[in-house]
Parts: sequence; C-alpha cells; structure tokens
Amino acid sequence: MRNRSLLILTTAVTAGALTLTACGSRDDKGGAGNGDSGNVTVTIGLDAPLTGELSALGLGIKNSADLAVKTANKKEYVKGVTFKLESLDDQAQPSSGQQNATKLVADKTVLGVVGPLNSGVAESMQKVFDDAKLAQVSPANTNPSLSQGTKWASGDKKRGYKSYFRTATTDAIQGPFAAQYVVNEAKKTKAFIIDDKKTYGAGLAGTFKGEFEKLGGKVVGTQHIDPETKDFSAVATEVKSSGADVVYYGGEYPAAGPLAKQIKEAGAKVTVVGGDAIFSPEYVKLAGAAAAEGDFATSVGAPIEQLPSAKEFLANYKAENYKETFEAYGGYAYDSAWAIIEAVKKVVDGNGGKLPDGARAKVVEALQGVSFEGVTGKVAFDEFGDTTNKQLTVYKVEGGAFKPVKSGTFGG
Amino acid sequence: MNELPQQLVNGLLLGSMYGLVAVGYTMVYGIVQLINFAHGEIFMTGGFGALTVWLILPGGTSLWIALPLMIIGAVIVATTIAVGAERFAYRPLRGGPRLAPLITAIGLSLALQQAVWAWYPEAKSARTFPQIPGGPIELGPVTIQTGDVFLVLAAPVCMAFLAFFVMRTRTGRGMQATAQDPDTAKLMGINTDRIIVVAFALGAAFAAVGAVAYGLKYGVVDYKMGFLLGLKAFTAAVLGGIGNIYGAMIGGVVLGVAETMATAYINHIPGMEQLGGQSWANVWAFVLLIVVLLARPQGLLGERVADRA
Repeated sequence: MRNRSLLILTTAVTAGALTLTACGSRDDKGGAGNGDSGNVTVTIGLDAPLTGELSALGLGIKNSADLAVKTANKKEYVKGVTFKLESLDDQAQPSSGQQNATKLVADKTVLGVVGPLNSGVAESMQKVFDDAKLAQVSPANTNPSLSQGTKWASGDKKRGYKSYFRTATTDAIQGPFAAQYVVNEAKKTKAFIIDDKKTYGAGLAGTFKGEFEKLGGKVVGTQHIDPETKDFSAVATEVKSSGADVVYYGGEYPAAGPLAKQIKEAGAKVTVVGGDAIFSPEYVKLAGAAAAEGDFATSVGAPIEQLPSAKEFLANYKAENYKETFEAYGGYAYDSAWAIIEAVKKVVDGNGGKLPDGARAKVVEALQGVSFEGVTGKVAFDEFGDTTNKQLTVYKVEGGAFKPVKSGTFGG
Repeated sequence: MNELPQQLVNGLLLGSMYGLVAVGYTMVYGIVQLINFAHGEIFMTGGFGALTVWLILPGGTSLWIALPLMIIGAVIVATTIAVGAERFAYRPLRGGPRLAPLITAIGLSLALQQAVWAWYPEAKSARTFPQIPGGPIELGPVTIQTGDVFLVLAAPVCMAFLAFFVMRTRTGRGMQATAQDPDTAKLMGINTDRIIVVAFALGAAFAAVGAVAYGLKYGVVDYKMGFLLGLKAFTAAVLGGIGNIYGAMIGGVVLGVAETMATAYINHIPGMEQLGGQSWANVWAFVLLIVVLLARPQGLLGERVADRA
C-alpha cells in the first residue's frame, strides 16, 4: 500500500502548497547612520508592492517618494539633514509587509515610512509601527477602519494607532461617491455587487451598497470572487441573467480586468464600476479596450494633471526619467514623503537645528500638525490621521484610457 | 432566464482545460509513480512560448496564420523543458526514495516560476495574449466566446489523438506495458527510459495546448498561472483515478462543472449565502474530491492504484 500513503502525503503537501505563496523580500542596501561633516542621515522607509501584479502602482509610489527625497536634499530643505529612501517590496502580502515593518523599525535612522499600497497589508504593519512610535503615512490605503476603528460605520469612531496617517481619502467617502454618480448621473439603478473579500474590496463594496440602496437603487445580486483564479465565467453568466445594468467591483485591477472582460463577453449589457484600485491603464489592457469602454472608476483627489500645485511635480518627475509612470498614487506618495520631511524639519528646528533623542515619537507628534500645499492640494491630517482633503474624481474609459469626468466631494 | 445550460457549458470549458493539463500528471504517474508538481509550470512556460511566437511574428499577422505557429512554439518550449527536467532532475533520482523526486518537482516548480518572473520581458505583471476576433456564437440559450472555440475543438481532438496513440501505436503499447510492469517490460525489450521521456513530452504537449487555450480564453498569461491551475489539474487527475488517461479528462470535466455549479448556485440556497460564491468554489471542489475518494479511493475510473504496492 505504499502508493496509497504516498498519495495521501502528496495531498497533504498540496494543501500546504496552497497556503504557501511566494515569499521573500528584496531590499536595497541598508545601513547608513550619521553622514559626514555633521550631516545627519534620516531614512524614510517605503513599503509597496514593487513586484507582482500590483507593481505598476507600487513602482509609481516608490518613484514619487524618491522624487520627494531628492527634492528635499537638493533644496537642503532641512539644514543638516540628508534624506535617504529605503524601499522594501511587500508583494501585496500582509506577511511580507509585517516583515518589512519590523525591518524598518530595527533601522534606527528610519524616522518615517511611506506606504503601503494595500489596506490589508497596512493592517499587519500598524501595530509594529505604533509600538515603535514610528510614523507611517500611506498614500493609498482607503479602508476606513485603519484609522477610525472597526466600528466606524456605526458612528463609533476610535483611532487605533497614533502613528498611522494617510493622504488618501477613505472608502467611507469613495463608495458612496461612486453610488451617487451611478444613480444620479449615469442613471443606473440595478447593481450587481462583486468583491474579492479583501479588506479593501469588501469594505469598498459595502460602502457602495449602503449608499446605493439609500438612493433607491436595487441590488440584484452579489458575488465574492477569488482574485487568484482567472475563470469568472460562472459569475459572468449570473450577472447576465440577473438583468443588472451596472456591476460594482470592490477589488483590484488584476482580477477586475479579466472579470470585466468575461462579463462583457457573456453578453451582459453593463457598465463596470470600481474604486481607485482599478483606476490604472492595466485595467483597460487586461479587460481589452473595447470591453472596458464606458466603464468608470472613482479615485482619490482631483486629476493631478489638472492641479496647478502639481506642475512642479510633473516637471520634476519627467526630468528624473523614471522608467515607470507615477500612476494613481504618485502625487499622494510624494505628499506622504513630504509630510514626513516637514515633520522632521519641525522637530529639527524645534531642537536648535539638531535631531533630538527619541526623534521618532516627536515626528509622529509633528505630523499631526503639518499643513502645507502639496501636489494633491492642501495636506493636513484630522484627529484620526485621515487627510482633510476629501476630493474625489470619477474617471471614465473613453477611447481606451481613463479620462476624468467629474470631480467633487461627497456631501452625504 | 434559465442560466443552467450556460453554466454547464462554462463548467465544461473550464473542465476541459483542467483535463488537458491533468493528462500530463496522470501519464507520468501511471508510468513512474511520480507526481510531477512542476507540470503546472510547464503549462505556464507553454503559454509564454506561444506568446513569444506571437511577439516575434510581424505585427498585423492574422491570428489564423499565427495560431498554428503559436501552438507549435508552445509545444516546443513546454516539451523541451519537460524532457530537460526529466533528464536532469528526475532521472538521476530514479530508484531512490520516492520522496526525493517529489521534492525535486516542487523545487523545479518554484524555480521555473521565478525564472519566468525574473527573465521574461515584462512578465512581472500579466501579459496580454492575442485574441480571436469576432463576436460570441449563440446556440440557443448558450453563448460560446470566440476564445473558447479553440478549447472546444482542441480538447476532444487531443483526447482522440491520445487514445489512438496509446491503444494503437507501438510506443503507446510500450507505455501501457511499462505502466503495468516496468521490469517485465524492460525484459521484453522495451526501452523504458525512452517510454518515460515520451510520457513527459506528451504530457507537456497537452499542457502547452491547454496553455494556448488559457491565453485565448482569458486574454492574459502570467508567471503564476500554472500554480493554482496545476493543483486543480492534479486534483482532477486524482478525482478521475490517477494513472488513467480517460479518468483525467473525466475528472477535469467533473471538477470544472462542480466548481461552476458551486459558484452559481450554492449561495442561493437559503442559509448557505456565506458558503457560496466564486471565492468558495475551491473549497467545494476539494469537498467533492474527499467525498469521491471516501466512496471510491481509486478515483472515478481508476483501477489499479493499490495493486502495485
């Protein structure tokens, strides 16, 4: 019976392999401490998916933060301090994110961290950073519970981590904003809601659903998908027979693209709508330009290209010749890094031009009070660490690319 | 609208793809009792092989001309890697403990994934695959996508070819003999080493055809597309009775239909809302596997798993 037991063993190994995903992180050289001639080196950590399916967004964040660091050094914005960026790759995995957080905490020169991209990853990092009193500013997390506690929806808002800040607007605003646009402007009232069960996707789908039903829309079906697979044909058929005229997807573009493609191919006459994580040229590429036509996505802030405050950023980004574009979160990443730089400046200035002991806690305190004109508008944080800038924009796919159609704030 | 016929077709298509890949697992297992965990990645390299051919061809080439070349490219890449793996990774370990080649296969699987990730241009995110132009084909209540047409044709043709090959050709009969008793087969003058290579190559060729179908169906290929699909195909092979080539195809279809049904209907059963939906399809697939193995430990069509111990 040796074969049988081998088969059982193999099945066990298979199950193990299912739970295992590619791990390991790639990192740039660490180290550095005090620089030469009395110049202190302050490291700004960065954590984002630099490889894998979401790397387009992650690399945009990395480049933009890099630009902020270079600009601060070039301008000698903080006298006696040279900034350095240490980028770590989290592959959009919470476990890698936590390892990276631990690593950044261990490096004493790190006074602030930009990132991560994914709300789910942020959850695994928050406590590590908070215990070390290390400031974290995410350019892209939109799940409300990260800053306002898990009971935020019932009005019981409680900030869990004093060291967590973000420059991105939350889904508490994004989902309802999309719902208002869908009902009032696009005149669609029968929605099929799909999410990927992740912190971000499920949260976003939930906030959309609440507002959509309040506005008189009808939810004709719901589905939860596994973003690791690519066969959504069963879901697509269900969407078609449900008679929905709009599909709201809470999730990210690697699954949203193929999902939209299969839904449209199945013959469902629907518009696919999603949040900031499908607002990427990759979405159009994966869904196919023809299938994606007319779909829309909401994203945080106003379109960077149209903001007067972003001119300098755009010019400098171009001048640095980065290989990848800054994507949806570039401006926010720049502002996140710059907020940390501002906070460090405040701490250094308040201590007679020197970095004090216990600088980390002081940077967290200083961050709470920063206020400056950033790439994406005014950057400041409220009592939860959320941005005070509540601007959102609807982007529609026209001619194979996302074009801004409406900017505004959610007033509900 | 009654969506059952459409869901059955969806399941059938998904299952045919599982079947095409499962054949590779089952053939290799039938002959050398090795579960070739790198098979999912061989499937993946087939997809990239086809993509490479498409990228080399001058832009604007009609897909009808390109497709045969892409299949050939996919088959060449996949079989080369499979035969290479057999020669350099598995053969030196033959006769050793059973676990050694198994662990080697897992290592090879990771190595292939990472190699494509690292060295194939722009493979760090999904790469788009050419699509068959034209709208869907309507057959009564059922819609078939142009991208699926290839799969609809390729799966039965491949299976018929395999059946013919195994039953009617000298090499095929040699495979059967080696599967039944490798030592006696060797004494009868069968070059078992060659038979094993043929089994690996044939499995890889099927996987490569499956990979082309995958690209046409989903519009993308990526470096980890073989991981989950490989596991599903392996499950299909076990479900159908590992070692039995017809079982692999039937197991694939059963698994595909089961997943589709689980996605479409379980969340509509009152009280089961939380346990349905596409994210639970994998769970139900494995529940089905366990149930089948409890009732028929040898799988649906399997006959001789235990008698060789």
